[in-house]
Amino acid sequence: MPEIRNMTMNFGPQHPAAHGVLRLVLEMDGEVIERADPHIGLLHRATEKLAESKPYNQSIGYMDRLDYVSMMCNEHAYVLAIERLLGIEPPIRAQYIRVLFDEITRILNHLMWLGAHGLDIGAMTVFLYCFREREDLIDCYEAVSGTRMHATYYRPGGVYRDLPASMPQYQPTTFRSHKEVERLNDNRRGSLLDFIDDFAERFPACVDEYETLLTDNRIWKQRTVGIAVVTPERALALGFTGPMLRGSGVAWDLRKKQPYAVYDRLDFDIPVGVNGDCYDRYLVRIEEMRQSTRLIKQCIAWLRENPGPVIVSDHKLVPPPREVMKADMEALIHHFKLFTEGYCVPEGEVYCAVEHPKGEFGIYLVSDGANKPYRLKVRAAGFAHLAAMNELVRGHMLADVVATIGTMDIVFGEIDR
Amino acid sequence: MSRSLDAPKTPAEALAARLSERFGEKLDCRIAVGQVTAELAAEDLVEVCRALRDEPDLRFEQLMDVCGVDYSAYGQADWLTEDASTSGFSRGVSAGSYRETTPEGGPDRSAPDRSPPGRSRFAVVYHLLSVTHNRRLRLRAYAEGDPPCIASLIDLWPSADWFEREAFDLFGILFEGHPDLRRILTDYGFIGHPFRKDFPLEGNVEVRYDPEQERVIYQPVTIENRVLVPKVIRHDYPVPGTSTGTKADA
Repeated sequence: MPEIRNMTMNFGPQHPAAHGVLRLVLEMDGEVIERADPHIGLLHRATEKLAESKPYNQSIGYMDRLDYVSMMCNEHAYVLAIERLLGIEPPIRAQYIRVLFDEITRILNHLMWLGAHGLDIGAMTVFLYCFREREDLIDCYEAVSGTRMHATYYRPGGVYRDLPASMPQYQPTTFRSHKEVERLNDNRRGSLLDFIDDFAERFPACVDEYETLLTDNRIWKQRTVGIAVVTPERALALGFTGPMLRGSGVAWDLRKKQPYAVYDRLDFDIPVGVNGDCYDRYLVRIEEMRQSTRLIKQCIAWLRENPGPVIVSDHKLVPPPREVMKADMEALIHHFKLFTEGYCVPEGEVYCAVEHPKGEFGIYLVSDGANKPYRLKVRAAGFAHLAAMNELVRGHMLADVVATIGTMDIVFGEIDR
Repeated sequence: MSRSLDAPKTPAEALAARLSERFGEKLDCRIAVGQVTAELAAEDLVEVCRALRDEPDLRFEQLMDVCGVDYSAYGQADWLTEDASTSGFSRGVSAGSYRETTPEGGPDRSAPDRSPPGRSRFAVVYHLLSVTHNRRLRLRAYAEGDPPCIASLIDLWPSADWFEREAFDLFGILFEGHPDLRRILTDYGFIGHPFRKDFPLEGNVEVRYDPEQERVIYQPVTIENRVLVPKVIRHDYPVPGTSTGTKADA
């Protein structure tokens, strides 16, 4: 008889189901996981250290690159922290725009998660469906900020500019006929708000499509029901937040409990799970997409009615308009000081958290009164979730590791920072 | 603090009053920007945290974050130096040379330790959240000694596991009682603790493929840190008249 020993297996970092650069060292007894040791840091870029060497505004772009599938939510936490220390409040229209784009971002994130999670455990079609809708939302990002992913749109004191009055249009090419372009541009004739409104109208039907594919699908249920179960007490102790916590039945959502921006003026519900398994977390996220659509509609209705400024007018913090700068000496000085030195933030420390699509995304900012942060700590939701990997997969089969990684909604940009 | 003991108004003041009533001298509570920060001695950490987690009217079930802070360059602006270079890209600024001693024997940045007198250079900041009472609390304890050392909270909150590994990796703070204090974010075989203020931003070594030796080699960095915007401390904050904005105490 040959001696039977546990086998150590290396999962990733070059593995499509590792969601980026996760290296998992698995100790296996046959096909059962005895111990999982995630090795992270392969995407470590020292964002926090880099932020210490730059004026505050120059790090907003780094925030996009943390969790690179929910860009604007990261920015939101960062600008909130700066605003709290400065003691300023952005105009109400800017806060509505932020909520609008936070919810667009939430849908973007959940679509990416659903597509990738589905693909990982054997559902190809849903991936294609999700990317179809993601395209429209990424177009909204592009319309408002000029970039499709890393928007740098939120600024301390508001947002960079108001919502555009027109959507970019498709142009005919050799591959796209006039007729095809006409069809594609059909819902892009009006403003950005009209386009988002149209999206919010048809999106619930799209969610129904995903649900048709998955919710009662026998294979989907076999792969997710009863996998990686977390009790509510354990979820709290492990530092879980967001859908990972709500999937276990804890009704905790910062948008309701510690509202920021204008969430306290809007009407939405918090879905919670019962069993704390992968399937419940799937249901929670699906329902969150529907609730986000509700929030988007409310924001659109408000934004249509209420024009106004979208950023504070203090030019020690916000650059003056270009035209003014050409004629006014003071504006030119403000512009020069702002871009060569930035603004100083009062000495102090603050922790600002937002309900990021993945959980609680917090920024701990220590300022010594300088134009650069003294210390910036990013509290990434996924970091705490992945830390519980060993506990979640112990005793499961190898294939369930993939389902567990999927259900955590791992993105290495924010975990490795 | 004395203000908040009389008539607690905001939730933060109520929490601070409750904490000083319960823990007395052990916790030094302060309120800033609506958030409670409590400083405590490293030796009281585990005991206080256990009470914070378990007592029904505190109930901080979640340890949200553990963050190392190096206070050695606190309040030190780049323009204040006297021995900065007069040439090169970052002239007049010493932040380009955060390393302990430059190869030319240039500025030694490790000497002016500006951390609060009598305190250790390294602090560990804990962010607690009570889901039951919907409250947050920030704890700060200074890690004493060389290497800096503090008790681990992994027995109280399992979420401390990776957060403490991270603080060890980036700052070299040792957590006593942590069963598996390995590096987590930096490379296998990395030397140094990169988030310390005396660690250069550009690093010490770089990796490249050497065609002659036909393997990947480590070599000293060839890039130079260029300080585009020097760090400057001013007290003319952008927003006049706000409660937090106009305090200039230095």
